[in-house]
Amino acid sequence: MIEAFEILFTASFWVAAIRIASPLIFATMGELICERAGVLNLGIEGIMVAGAFAGWLTVYLGGDLWTGVAIAAMAGAMFGLLHATLTVPLGLSQHVVGIGITLLATSLTYFTYRIVLPEVTSPPRIASFQPLPVPVLSEIPVLGPALFNQTPLTYLAFVTVGVVAWVLYRTPLGLAVRAAGENPSAVEAQGISVTAIRTGAVMAGSALMAVGGAFLTMSAFNSFFFEMINGRGWICIALVVFGSWRPGKALLGAILFAAFDAYQVRLQQITGGAVPYQLFLMMPFVLSILALVVMSRRAAYPKALMIPYQKGER
Amino acid sequence: MPDFPKNLKFFTPTRRSLLKTAGAGAVLAATAGLPTRLFAQEPLKVAAVYTVPFEQQWVSRIHIAANAAKDRGDIEYTATENVSNTDYERVMREYCEAGNKLILGEVFGVEQAARDVARDYPEVAFLMGSSFKEDAAVPNFAPFDNYIQDASYLTGLIAGAMTQSKNIGMVGGFPIPEVNRLMHAFMAGVRETAGDDAKFQVAFIGSWFDPPKAKETAFAQIDAGADILYAERFGVSDAAQERGVLAIGNVIDTQADYPETVVASALWHFEPTLDRAIEQVKAGSFTAEDYGVYSFMKEGGCSIAPLGTFEDKVPDEIKALVAEREAAIKDGSFTVEINDEEPKSS
Repeated sequence: MIEAFEILFTASFWVAAIRIASPLIFATMGELICERAGVLNLGIEGIMVAGAFAGWLTVYLGGDLWTGVAIAAMAGAMFGLLHATLTVPLGLSQHVVGIGITLLATSLTYFTYRIVLPEVTSPPRIASFQPLPVPVLSEIPVLGPALFNQTPLTYLAFVTVGVVAWVLYRTPLGLAVRAAGENPSAVEAQGISVTAIRTGAVMAGSALMAVGGAFLTMSAFNSFFFEMINGRGWICIALVVFGSWRPGKALLGAILFAAFDAYQVRLQQITGGAVPYQLFLMMPFVLSILALVVMSRRAAYPKALMIPYQKGER
Repeated sequence: MPDFPKNLKFFTPTRRSLLKTAGAGAVLAATAGLPTRLFAQEPLKVAAVYTVPFEQQWVSRIHIAANAAKDRGDIEYTATENVSNTDYERVMREYCEAGNKLILGEVFGVEQAARDVARDYPEVAFLMGSSFKEDAAVPNFAPFDNYIQDASYLTGLIAGAMTQSKNIGMVGGFPIPEVNRLMHAFMAGVRETAGDDAKFQVAFIGSWFDPPKAKETAFAQIDAGADILYAERFGVSDAAQERGVLAIGNVIDTQADYPETVVASALWHFEPTLDRAIEQVKAGSFTAEDYGVYSFMKEGGCSIAPLGTFEDKVPDEIKALVAEREAAIKDGSFTVEINDEEPKSS
């Protein structure tokens, strides 16, 4: 029993938690931007697949790692543009379009993968991002390695949260994005195009989702597998609700979920097989649902979320 | 029916005279064996339906064997990868309708539906990876699986000798018989050389394709003291390599990618299974028998990969023991136990 608590004080546990959280942080921030502008983006799962592949392929074909990240973001933005075109000016169902984008992005990714690599016996590897310890800070016990001995992409994930929070709450652009999700007519009354704001938000958000996917192939692992996103995108949709559409709380949610996940694999090893492994795999999800119930009771969702805006319509 | 027009020719002269009829009859009798021999030279139409990409370890072994048979000219081979279980039956039927005589695949998620398809196409032979045994009621459906417990056991002997902490980490996808029996055989080998007090950490990640998750799980086991990992999934050897511990490969040989990490691998060879099926279908005698046995070591269905970079690091007495057991398995004097139950941490 004591062992179960001791895990919580080991550096490797927290390192794992932050590492597992990183792709979720990117993608959750991406989804959050979309939803704050009033668009639910269910294309997230597919966009993460596309990003994972685009980033990895760029490096595999000889690009450097940061070029890979940029290409992944661009691929994500392109799917975002498609999503936004269908849901913003055309006002189509965001559920149907989102799921359509997920199916399109995953299939198109696999199609491209097969064209590029028709005959391989095992998926090729790339030289992925390596941990880059921050001097001095990474020496702090337990939390030092967790926060300051990670790959550059993890640092970027944390920077992204700061930037998203700052832009949303401290800049006129952020105000316009938030207003587009709450009261689009007010945005239009200011002479700002709701269509442009929402389209831009969906593209930027999708770019972040794609970088989240790229984290898995370029930092957490070093090769691309078709089903490796494995539902992480859907988790991020729940994390946005968990965070009450606020970047800081969503970050906490992502870390909490990842910590549960890192905890369950460690707990599995000390119970000696007395408890079925399925219960452990379930743990992060069950605990997240419980946390969601507690956290989101008073959450105020964006009032115009999922409501298409037609200029001049009353 | 390539032989049909040839037989027709013999009937035309028979109408002319009785004498010729007798002669033709003799020729016909002499050529009676011809159709089957002609048929045997025709490549057999084989189609495969896989639920995962060709790169997946398990499927890659089937794909390699099928391509080898194709290159020999024994079969015509077409295959579809990444077919979801919900779509599996449809693709099977399409291949049956397209005139394939032997369908290969893996029906772990569609056991009943696949057998229903087999019932609907009694003239087509089905050789399918399955967790169940053959059923006389579906005589054209034969199950196989990677029964490579012999090789897994031998890798266990090596792992048991190489571990210093006597703590072994094992990461699997799902606890299905195919995974379980190899883990048990491996554990039996470890216990023999490391002693009964060897500790096993067993974890399942609930996915076949989540290398980052497999890697995280492996990290957790290394943190808990494992110094050698049984790499059932992609991702485990990566964790071992990063932390400087050892790994044992499964189904495929990955030592080239992890030269300082992967000590030994249990390899699966699908060739004996497939070649037997091709031969049976061509002879018209394909029946529902258990093809699992053709993955056994004495049939050449599995082997232990060359130690390669670890040739000098594995103690000589262990190499001798492995060679001795290998010979005993091949001559039938030693049998590795088959245990399909879910393995538990100890």
